[in-house]
Amino acid sequence: MGISFYLPLAASVLLAVLAPPAGRRLPPRTAAWTLLTAAVVAAGAWATVLGMLGFTLVAQIPQVAAEGRWSPHLLAADTPVERPVAAACVLAVVVCTGALLLALWRGMRELAAAWRECRGLPDAGGLTVLDDPVPAAFALPGSPGRIVVSSGMLRVLPAGERHALLAHERAHLAHRHHVFLLVFRLSAALHPLLRPLMRSGGFALERWADEDAVAAVRDRATVARAIARAALASREARTRGLAATNGPVPERVTALLRPPARRRRDLVAVIACLAVVCCASLGQAADSLDRVFDSAAATAAPAPRLAVHKALPEEFHGAVHVERGSR
Amino acid sequence: MEPAAEGGRQGRRAPGKLEGEVLAALWAAGEPLGAGAVRDQLAGDPAYTTVLTILTRLHDKGLVTRQRSGRAHLYAPVRDAAGYAAAGMHDLLAQGGDRAAVLARFVSELSEEDERVLERLLRGSAAD
Repeated sequence: MGISFYLPLAASVLLAVLAPPAGRRLPPRTAAWTLLTAAVVAAGAWATVLGMLGFTLVAQIPQVAAEGRWSPHLLAADTPVERPVAAACVLAVVVCTGALLLALWRGMRELAAAWRECRGLPDAGGLTVLDDPVPAAFALPGSPGRIVVSSGMLRVLPAGERHALLAHERAHLAHRHHVFLLVFRLSAALHPLLRPLMRSGGFALERWADEDAVAAVRDRATVARAIARAALASREARTRGLAATNGPVPERVTALLRPPARRRRDLVAVIACLAVVCCASLGQAADSLDRVFDSAAATAAPAPRLAVHKALPEEFHGAVHVERGSR
Repeated sequence: MEPAAEGGRQGRRAPGKLEGEVLAALWAAGEPLGAGAVRDQLAGDPAYTTVLTILTRLHDKGLVTRQRSGRAHLYAPVRDAAGYAAAGMHDLLAQGGDRAAVLARFVSELSEEDERVLERLLRGSAAD
């Protein structure tokens, strides 16, 4: 009984652990979609299993049991989940749901702010230049989205590299990368083990935009130089804040100086298999939980059978099946 | 001329996209440019008249100033067309890329090691 609950949890954890290294070996576009799928499946299965395990305890509350028409005593006697485990799951579900709602609220508020800002900015074919010597560039999602670049950034880049920068930001907007980022963020809020996957996902999106820029300027080295120059210029100009973190910039540049990554169907297949196993085992877990509740409900009404089950707790499930067959 | 495949896809978007490229080129130059000089800065070899049309449109939008120079016009970007100083755009620029839902900056921060790697790369490519 226990195994059917823990299999989807195990698959979910495996997805969280294996998807980031797989993503690093895939072409960025494939990587982003693979990571997104892994994140959604892993977070969904994680939350559902915890919810199911926790519900075995919540369902023992008399009011809940009355609503669902099962016997709380039978359920308590027959639950496949230890009380402390179920209690921990209830707590985890509450905490994770809280984190999810908070992340959702923040994400939506930021997107709404970006949309408002987009409407107020002057537009030249989707580009807004801010007159500021500090080199900076980013894509602001909206309807339509905007590329925001400072004049300082435009002045440090030669023509070809400027073209690469604009193509990179345009790719972010065209492929709606902000939606990917939001989903990565929400899944990581729900399932803390997905945090490394969220970072890998963000990196895959940057690489995706880099490769789109390569398609636009038709030279990998130009895009690599644009990123390197922009990063160095930003660094020199930035006076506040510590740049202690090892940014993903050198990795992006290195990837651009190598030939493009080959398609790796095998890696995608492994992640897809894990996702399928995760979903299928989740269905099985739901099914077995359903049977527990069925038996608690079926035997709640007639008193004599209750006595039988109390006498033979370990054979309870066998008894339920016999009884079902006889009906 | 652009190859047909890409030309087809970009065909519809081309005017808007080019508008951004023209404005970016004017900002990058740091001095007023004629339409011909702007055209030299653009990828894909657009027609002179196209560039002129775009410059006129940018002028109509109030993003570009125009001054006569001999028989042609010179164009320069309007500083602070975004109302940058007034509208608190400093915040947008300062934290724009740090907000997670908004996309990350074009480049993130660097460690010293990163910096050395990148400088070597740029020096190497300049020597080519």
